[in-house]
Amino acid sequence: MTIAQVFHKARIEDRAVLVGCMPAGFPTVDDSIASMIAMHEAGCDVIEVELPYSDPVMDGPVIQRASDIALAGGVRTRDTLQIIEAVASIGANVVLMTYWNPVEKYGVNAFARDLAAAGATGMITPDLIPDEAAEWIAASDEHRIDRTFLVSPSSTDERLAMTVANCRGFVYATALMGVTGARTSVSSQAPELVERVRHADPDMPVGVGLGVGTGAQAAEVAGFADGVIVGSALIRCVLEAPDRATGIARLRALSAELSEGVRNPRK
Amino acid sequence: MSAPVLPDLAGHFGRYGGRFVPEALVRALDELDAAYRTAKNDPAFQAEFSDLLVNYAGVPSLLYRASRLSQVLGAEILLKREDLNHTGAHKVRNVLGQALLAKRMGKPRVIAETGAGQHGVASATAAALLDLECVVYMGEMDTERQALNVARMRMLGATVVPVTNGSRTLKDALNEALRDWVASVDTTHYLLGTAAGPAPFPEIVRDFVGGIGIEAREQCLAQLGRLPDAVAACVGGGSNAIGIFHAFVPDDTVQLFGFEAGGEGVATGRHAASITGGSSGVLHGARTYVLQDEDGQTVESHSISAGLDYPGVGPEHAWLHDTGRATYEPVTDDEAMAAFQLLCRTEGIIPAIESAHALAGAARIVPQLREELGRTPTIVVNLSGRGDKDVHTAGAYFGILDQVEAVVPGENT
Repeated sequence: MTIAQVFHKARIEDRAVLVGCMPAGFPTVDDSIASMIAMHEAGCDVIEVELPYSDPVMDGPVIQRASDIALAGGVRTRDTLQIIEAVASIGANVVLMTYWNPVEKYGVNAFARDLAAAGATGMITPDLIPDEAAEWIAASDEHRIDRTFLVSPSSTDERLAMTVANCRGFVYATALMGVTGARTSVSSQAPELVERVRHADPDMPVGVGLGVGTGAQAAEVAGFADGVIVGSALIRCVLEAPDRATGIARLRALSAELSEGVRNPRK
Repeated sequence: MSAPVLPDLAGHFGRYGGRFVPEALVRALDELDAAYRTAKNDPAFQAEFSDLLVNYAGVPSLLYRASRLSQVLGAEILLKREDLNHTGAHKVRNVLGQALLAKRMGKPRVIAETGAGQHGVASATAAALLDLECVVYMGEMDTERQALNVARMRMLGATVVPVTNGSRTLKDALNEALRDWVASVDTTHYLLGTAAGPAPFPEIVRDFVGGIGIEAREQCLAQLGRLPDAVAACVGGGSNAIGIFHAFVPDDTVQLFGFEAGGEGVATGRHAASITGGSSGVLHGARTYVLQDEDGQTVESHSISAGLDYPGVGPEHAWLHDTGRATYEPVTDDEAMAAFQLLCRTEGIIPAIESAHALAGAARIVPQLREELGRTPTIVVNLSGRGDKDVHTAGAYFGILDQVEAVVPGENT
């Protein structure tokens, strides 16, 4: 299923898509595969694999710590591709989130080719804006990888329209001005931002990220957005667990709670 | 030679530069760009900037003919004495310019990253002078290496935040400042400390520090009646180097040399020489030369000089390197410290260890210049900062601190 089909199906079911994020290789390659499979089984519609990067400027402390652990464990770009392959092979819809330099270093076209071969359907680029993305747009077209750029409450209408026009699959709306990490309340800027995206392109699915950590927040976001993106809260399940089994159990429980949330949008 | 005007409208120097940033920062960068364009053409802004430079910072800095050093090196060495500026380095030019811009944009708060602490102190100074709130991010490793500068910043009313992520040095301080800015752009100007980062920073910083080269060029013509044969500067992020290079770029007879921190030697992998020991990549918002592994993960840099200990470099230097207009070479910790000592002993000037890299490099190029020119070469060296902040590091290096165990970097395997 393409990302667009996942969102289309959810729209018919009158619910939002749940996107769950986990860094590749955190805390080990095998553990991260197990985490992602658990998330998939417990109701995450899309698994967002984050490629650990040494300088993640868009990420808050939780993802930074998880990425550092993965990198300290020696995870490589090729491991991330293998993880994607393993998770996609059980039928999960997988997108990659990556900062730009690892892609540029790999070779943009080769990366798109190998990402597609691994079974990923899309890629989110937190520090690549369409203005600098000519090479990525060409490569992702050639290898049929959906492109997700970010929009922010500070984006002008003009930039918002330009960014959405360059997305395929869904657009990532950063719900608040800040880095990743669960917040106690959902930003009031989020509904307005989603509305502005809809104005730019009514057919483009909008995923909202940054700050969602509970089923209730997921239901709230599902009330106005097409997708609910959760990262730090899921990662914390593993990060703070005393052992691997507990981590997976907490991950399943939270995924199920969030999944319940996106199925009961609060309108 | 008619060179293209760089950067282009999207902030590119050839394939370098640009903006590799979260969308959340684009509006702030656009606003900064617009504010800078109008300020640049506003005589009132330029007059205010110039007044602060002259009457507050002590600019123009001297171009000093270092006779004893010249004798030892067999070249005519002219030192651009940026170490004599208020706060002790070239960086005061940049912070005054940007703090004025922040005021102009109505932003009451500035944030800054710092390595050696020089930019932090300069930012705190400008913030105090212009009544702005100031938060400085500094790698924890650097807060330890440069404890006195931390105290200086606090005296000036700034909040210093030690950064404990990653390698706990300048690059991590920069990440943290960017994270702060993503969340605070409405009220905050990011007072970036070097001619790097996303557009328009490399251009703005270059222009604010560009007086170094303009002055040096005029002083050379006034004092010698001609231009120098070469200009030498140290390169970390590269602001002092681009500041002194820029005015000389159109002068084909003037060779430009940038000296990177070679640490323990580029071959050892423990260095901060992004151009000579790195490769093209994207870091901190721009495409440039980066120290990275084969997966594009940033590699931790090493230098005895905290101010050069950075795994990237300003994009204009990447471009000057690729076009061959400037030559970049690494200078090791040991070479820099030898030059440090030489300047102390010959001229009675204690340089910043950063600037000692430029001196060491200048000493190295004398024979080749002499051969090329068939006469004694004239070299302008940017003495970008003073060495007070480095007394502890240098004292430890030379083993001259009483009651302190001497640590010789590079020998403590």
